[in-house]
Amino acid sequence: MPVTYYFVLSAILFTIGALGVLIRRNAIVVFMSVELMLNAANLSFVAFSQLYNTLNGQVLVFFVITVAAAEVAVGLALIVAIFKTKHSINIDELHELKQ
Amino acid sequence: MFLSEATASGPTFFYLVPLVVIIPLAGLLFNIIFGKWMGEKAIGWIGSLAAGLAFLVSVLLGISLLNHPEQVIVPFLEWISIGDFEVAWAFQVDTLSVTMMLVVSGVGTLIHVYSIGYMHEDVRFQGDPGRFRRFFVFMNLFIVTMMVLVSADSYLMLFVGWEGVGLCSYLLIGFWFEKGKDGIGNALAAKKAFVTNRIGDFGLLIALFIMFWTFGTLNFDAVFAESAQAAQTVIMAITLLMLVGVAGKSAQIPLYVWLPDAMAGPTPVSALIHAATMVTAGVYLITRSYPLYESVQQVQDIVALVGGITALFAATIAVGQFDIKKILAYSTISQLGFMVAAVGIGAYAAGMFHLVTHAFFKALLFLGAGSVILGIEHGHHHLEHSGSGDKGGGKFDPQDIRNMGGLRTRMKTTFWVYIVGTLALVGIFPFAGFWSKDEILVEEQILFPPAYWILIFAAFLTAFYMGRQVLLVFFGNPRSKAVEHAKESPALIKVPLIILAFLSAFGGILNLPRLHSFTIWLEHTVKVIHPLDFNIIAAVIATLVGLSGLLASWLIYSWQYQKLQDLPPAKRPDDPLRKWLGPIFTGLENKWWVDELYWAVILNPYITLSRFLAEVIDWNFWHDWFHNTVIARSFVRLANFLANVFDLGFIDGIANGLASITVRFAGSLRKIQTGYVRNYALTVFLGVVVIIGYLILR
Repeated sequence: MPVTYYFVLSAILFTIGALGVLIRRNAIVVFMSVELMLNAANLSFVAFSQLYNTLNGQVLVFFVITVAAAEVAVGLALIVAIFKTKHSINIDELHELKQ
Repeated sequence: MFLSEATASGPTFFYLVPLVVIIPLAGLLFNIIFGKWMGEKAIGWIGSLAAGLAFLVSVLLGISLLNHPEQVIVPFLEWISIGDFEVAWAFQVDTLSVTMMLVVSGVGTLIHVYSIGYMHEDVRFQGDPGRFRRFFVFMNLFIVTMMVLVSADSYLMLFVGWEGVGLCSYLLIGFWFEKGKDGIGNALAAKKAFVTNRIGDFGLLIALFIMFWTFGTLNFDAVFAESAQAAQTVIMAITLLMLVGVAGKSAQIPLYVWLPDAMAGPTPVSALIHAATMVTAGVYLITRSYPLYESVQQVQDIVALVGGITALFAATIAVGQFDIKKILAYSTISQLGFMVAAVGIGAYAAGMFHLVTHAFFKALLFLGAGSVILGIEHGHHHLEHSGSGDKGGGKFDPQDIRNMGGLRTRMKTTFWVYIVGTLALVGIFPFAGFWSKDEILVEEQILFPPAYWILIFAAFLTAFYMGRQVLLVFFGNPRSKAVEHAKESPALIKVPLIILAFLSAFGGILNLPRLHSFTIWLEHTVKVIHPLDFNIIAAVIATLVGLSGLLASWLIYSWQYQKLQDLPPAKRPDDPLRKWLGPIFTGLENKWWVDELYWAVILNPYITLSRFLAEVIDWNFWHDWFHNTVIARSFVRLANFLANVFDLGFIDGIANGLASITVRFAGSLRKIQTGYVRNYALTVFLGVVVIIGYLILR
């Protein structure tokens, strides 16, 4: 199976993630879309690693997964804090800086 | 010739010459500083002593010149030193300057002594005894400045003295400055003298400027040496402008008008400054400048004509005056005219000789008139205190000869010295005036006949007005109560009078015909003069003219006047001539309206012009219009423009505009900040796309 397919899939996943971040209002969904974009990148890393026969890409993926895990921890904590004050996780309501 | 080169047969005292200035200066400083604690006598004698010592020094200088008759220059002080230009205050001792010094200090000393007696009374009549000291300070100051004038060796130092005597004249005319008509009459007289003299001095000053411009020096000898090569027109300009100065100082037409008014000063002042010495400075100046005048014949003729016409004109006015001092003032102008006419034709010895004798007899006449005035004021006071007789109050004029008469018996000494002075002035043999006036007439007859005829007529009038004065003052019956009680003056006044009478009687021996001692004496300085033969015919004519004048006055003022006394007072004319001459006498009495003419032609237009310049040009145009309207208003406008338009509009506009632009720009930028997270995310996304696109496509 040619390596191009992986890149196409990676691009599709990234695009879906990006659109999700831009379009959706639910913070959880936005968060999940960010994860989608990260994993699209991971897929690309792995694909390139396969293509060039190096391990660099695969090593980097582990870093990304680690950072993503930490990011999820912080992000979910923020969402919980927001929900506690706003009783909503609609990110459109988070526009106090504009006032 | 300088001091060191002087070699003489006898003793010389030339080095003493600065003392003629220093001694009177010391006298006046002494009186200024210590006078406050001294009595009148002490002040007066200090002043007289200062003048007397100056006379003594002058006599010593005269003796020195007898042994060594050539001119000597005694350097004294460095005055101005700018680059090459140097003015030293040096004293020129020669027969001419010493003649003047002797006259100034000699007559001056006598008048100082007389003033001790006269001013003692005068300060009391005028009601301010404290002014006694000031009088002697001014008198000594006059001697100082007059000595500076006559002893100068350059025109610049001469000018210093020239201005100095003008100042003293001003101060002493206005000595009773709060008296006179309307309380400012004397002050106005002083101002008139000062201003008229300034006009003359302006001429002299221009002459000095031209002289300096042409010759580069003002030193007498240097100027005379250079003048030989100078253009005729330059010399003519210098001498003519100098004549203007002479006309001012020596009271010649057209600037003589100040001298009669100068009689407002105390009588000794009139005698010393306005008869004997200061007014003769002009004659001295022409004599001193003889090398200049000798080289321009036309100017000499003008000088002689000015002198001659002045002599006649002033003599006619003197006939119509009633103030005893005014008559003598016009007589002085007339006699100064004689002198100027003499020096104008080059008869310097005759002019200077007349200057000397005139100083004697005119000082005598003035001091005699002062004695008369004092005597009448005594009588007037006596009446006021005894409370009887004509209580005219302040209106009584002790100088009006119409109020006098019969003083012959009441003031015997004064009468006799006055007679001597009169005969000397009229020129009756053998009094001093006979010799000097005769010499002038002889010279005029030979050198300039037109002036001779004018002067002969003036001499007749001189005799006539002097006869009139003497007859009205001393003869007949007293015409007022004050005169009836007149009293002879004290000895301090009489002694100088007697000495002057002696000099007036025998002053002629200075320059007797055939001896010509004065001419020879003066010839050492004024090289162009030569002794003249005595002309018996001219002398007889002159004497006859004088006698006929006296006779005419006797006919009118003694013979006719007695008849007039019989008329009732209302119909009686105050002067017989008034009836016979009619309007001419009114002209004489009103001084031919010369003052009025000057007012109409010069002073009033000048005042109108000044007023126009002051009120219209300066105030309305310059102050109101230019300053207030043009400058002030345009400044206010400019300030308004800067404040309201420029500052509020432009400067503030920039600041406010920047602010509002920022506000507006910020407002539009604010729209970008939606507050929605996805918008920011989109921006970031697009940014990344752009950067990556750039990285790929570059």
